[in-house]
This record gives sequence, C-alpha cells and structure tokens, in this order.
Amino acid sequence: MKGGTIGASTTAIEAKNLVKTYPGNVKALDGLSFSVPAGTIFGLLGPNGAGKSTTVKILTTLSRPDSGEASVAGFNVLRSPDRVRRMIGVVAQKSGVDWELTGRENLTLQGQVYGMSGATLKNRVTELLAQFGLADAADRVTSTYSGGMKRRLDIAMGLVHRPRVLFLDEPTTGLDPEVRAALWTEIERLAREEGLTILLTTHYLEEADALCERVAIVDRGRVVVEGAPEELKAQLRGDAIQVELAAPEMNGRVHDALNRLELLREVTVDGRHLRARADSGARAVPAVLAALEEAGVQVAAVTVARPSLDDVYFRYAGRAFAEADKEAK
Amino acid sequence: MLAIQHSWYMTMRHLRALARQPWYIAFSLLQPIIYLLLFGQLFKRVVELPGFSTTSYIAFLTPGIVIMSALFGGGWSGMSIIVDLDRGVLDRFLVTPVNRGALITGRILQLAVVTIVQAAIIFGLGLILGARFSGGVLGAVILVLLAILLAAPFGALSSAMALMARKEESVIGAVNFLLLPLSFLSTVFMDQSLMPGWIRTVARLNPANWAVQAGREALSANPDWAFILVRGGLLLALTIVCGWLATRAFRSYQASI
Repeated sequence: MKGGTIGASTTAIEAKNLVKTYPGNVKALDGLSFSVPAGTIFGLLGPNGAGKSTTVKILTTLSRPDSGEASVAGFNVLRSPDRVRRMIGVVAQKSGVDWELTGRENLTLQGQVYGMSGATLKNRVTELLAQFGLADAADRVTSTYSGGMKRRLDIAMGLVHRPRVLFLDEPTTGLDPEVRAALWTEIERLAREEGLTILLTTHYLEEADALCERVAIVDRGRVVVEGAPEELKAQLRGDAIQVELAAPEMNGRVHDALNRLELLREVTVDGRHLRARADSGARAVPAVLAALEEAGVQVAAVTVARPSLDDVYFRYAGRAFAEADKEAK
Repeated sequence: MLAIQHSWYMTMRHLRALARQPWYIAFSLLQPIIYLLLFGQLFKRVVELPGFSTTSYIAFLTPGIVIMSALFGGGWSGMSIIVDLDRGVLDRFLVTPVNRGALITGRILQLAVVTIVQAAIIFGLGLILGARFSGGVLGAVILVLLAILLAAPFGALSSAMALMARKEESVIGAVNFLLLPLSFLSTVFMDQSLMPGWIRTVARLNPANWAVQAGREALSANPDWAFILVRGGLLLALTIVCGWLATRAFRSYQASI
C-alpha cells in the first residue's frame, strides 16, 4: 500500500480535539476526539445536530476545523488533503448523484476522476452496477431512479476506486425498512470481504447496535462515551425500567417513594416518564408498582428492557435520545 | 496534464447533460431572437441618421446580438453551479482528487459549444433578414471566436459568484443587475458616433463592447487586424483572470461549510 501503513492493529482514523464554529456562534464541534482501528465498522451515533456530519466533512477534507487535528489512512487531513482524498470513499448524507447522467456514466466519471480508465474501469463499473442491483437501470438517466436506487448508486460511487476508508454519513436515513435492511447486509459484507474501514454516522440507535463494532456517542459536538456497544451496555449493569404515569408528576412524591426502594438505581422522573435501573427488572417491577400505588400515583404502562444504546445515551448525555433528536429539528 | 484530462471529463459530463436537454439552447435563444426581430424593425431607420457608419441596420445589429447572446449565456452559466450544489454533486467532487480548475473549465467548454450553436442560429437568421457582410466566412468565424471569448470570462465570473453567494436568488439578482447595462452601454444597438459622450467612455471599458466592435471589424471589407487582435487579447486575458478567480472561489465555498 502506498503511503501510510494500515494493518490490523493500526489506526485508520484519528480525530483530536476538533472544534468548529459556524457563523452566528453555532458551535458544531466542541473538542471532539475519537479513533477508529483499521478494518472495523465504527459508528458515530448521536441525535440530529450533534456534529456528526460536520465531523465527516472535516475528515473527508471538504471542510476545515477551527482547531484540532485529524488524520485518515495515515495522512493529515489539513496538511495532505490530496493524499487523503485518494484513500477515501465518501457517501454524503445528501445524495451526490448527477441527475442528468445515467448510472453507468455517473460511475465511470467518478472512476476517471481517480485516474481509472480503459477495461479496468469498465469492468469495475459493470461489477458495481451488478453488486448494487442497478444492472437493469444502468443506462437510464438517474433522474428516473428511486431514492433507494440513488442511495445504492451513491455507495457504488464511493467504492469505485477501491478506497481504504469509507465514510457513510447517515446512509439509511429516509429509506424504507426493507431497503435499509438490505443496505445493512451490504455494509457488513464490505467490511468483512474487502477489509474496508467504515466510519458510519447514524441517529438510529438500532443501526449502530446492529452494524458497528465500536461506537462513539456524540452529543453537542463532543464524544460523551466510546466503546463496543456490548461493552457500553454491560457497563450500565442491569435492566432499564420505564414507567409511564397516568398524569404528570408535580411534587416529587414519586421520586421520594421510589428512592426508598433499595432495588432501584438512577431514578429520574420527567413529566409522565419515569426511568430507573435494577439488577433484575422482573423482581423490581412489583415493588415499583406497590410503591407507586401506596403513593397514590396511577400507572399507564410499564416496560422492562435489557440495557440498550438508548439507555447508554441517556446515561452519558443526560437526556433522552428521542428528545434530543426532536429538539434539534 | 491532469488538469487537461479532468477538464475533458467534465466537459463531456456537461455536454451529455446538454445533449439530453437541447431545448435549453432554444429557450436561451428566445430573448436574442426577439431583440433581433423587434429592434431590427423598430430602429430600422436609425442608419439614416447622419454619422451612422453603415446603411443596413440588420447588418449592424446581427453581430451585436450574437455577442449579446454570448454575454447572457456566460452570465447565467453560474446557475448550473447552484444546481450542482443543491444536488450534492459539487461536494461529491470536492472530496475526490479532481482538479479544481477542471470543474470550471468543463463548464466554460460546454458554454463554448452552446455559444457556437447560438451564434450560428442568430447569424443565419440575420442573413435571412437581409444582412450581408463583406468579411465572409472568415469574418463570421472570428465573430464566433470573439463571442466565445466573451462568454468565457462571464461564465467564470458567474460561477465564482455562485460559489460565493450559494443562493439562486443572489445570483439571479447580481446577473440581472449586470447584463442589461452591459448590453446597452455598448455599441450593440447604436453606433458609437451617435452615443452620448459618457456612454462612449463607459463603453470603452466594457468587454462586451470590445467583442462587438472587433466582431463588426472582422465582418467588414477591410478589417483592421491589429484592432481585432488587441480586443481578442484583452478578452483572453480577462478569461484567464476570471477563470483563476472562479477556481479560487472553491476555497471560499469550502471555508463556508
């Protein structure tokens, strides 16, 4: 391999203290750092507006940070952007398909820009069209493609020159569940068979959980926690208990009633939503219900769940993921 | 070398798009043709004014409209950058090793092709309407070259503006503000000797006027080649400056995201 060395044990992406402020004093990144081991699928997980896309723009040389350093595939993104560009494939959040060209023409031009030509390029384009289920539509102008087809073409374009590192910014946003599942399979195959390092951003918790070997949870421009999803969930110790109250809780009596139960940890009440943890959810629920009844609080629903990334986010970001996501919109 | 190769790829990209919507050329010809027909009729008798250098207004107006349509073609070409921005195509190219200059050159070369087709149609229409030129085919070819040399710098400038403003409305506003005054503060419609003094002074600095005057000269019986060469050289220099500016504008765009 040219330039940097990427083996199984080395780092493919390194971001250090990235800061980026947009006009109007909007702090998109506030000292964001993480590193991605080569050959893994790494997830940047966070609600809308957390700074994921800004991070991808900086790592792919489209944008520059106000301060901080980053390297991709062994090259510094600020000092050697051209070297970085040769090593990476980028699938941006917004499709980059040229509507006036056919699928084949889009792919061919993309390859040409990387210096590919002749039979090598032609075969590569045909291979990718088949691999992404676009062979039949290859010679149609892409303005006739569906959203899912455009997305697949975007990914094929990101791969045409066989990059070492692939960036996928919200690859499945706006896609149907079936299309999304098919893409997940494809992304896993790429990492497994082609030895690619994949950095993927998502605001779907289940996507990060299903695909990523490691995740960094991003909130308000910082990484709040980083690790393997299993490891992060295991750290939470125990089940999550969520209770939906029939009426919003006003005077703290719910909190007082539950805090007396030794089975529970991390009790929080927010309006009608009550969250807590327990080593065994099944044993804690009857006690919780009894305590609430004693306090004269009506319960609408109770759920017990194994710890999820949702809980991990809540624990480290201090707010519910869905709320943060809505807030940003 | 890379710049030339990438420019070729980008030119092909734009020409393919053009071939798929040829009505674009017809649409863009609407305005110049209306000018040629209406002004040709309306001002038919201005040539009778003492001091007007020719006797046929349609022969006077035809090269003017060829140049004016090139000016408009160039001026509006930045809109295609806005489309690329909105569709994410530009961002996709900017994270590849593509030569930045080629992203401008490709557009300019497509613009050159459009300009040739438009010029041929307008010139042909002029001939049908009775315009005759002593300069012959060579004169016509030089007129078209000058039209390209005018479209190119305005195309680059318009692209630079699009990259800096990044909004359709801003580009439309700026282009509208620029194009009509540049057309009227020139000899497109009126002989230089009959213009008010201040317009004559402004026209001397107007690139559109350089192209019109040199084009008419090339179509005349005894062209002053030095005059044509100097105007053409100025336009070429302007093209280079504006092309450089437009290439630099990518940095301004990237600094904004």
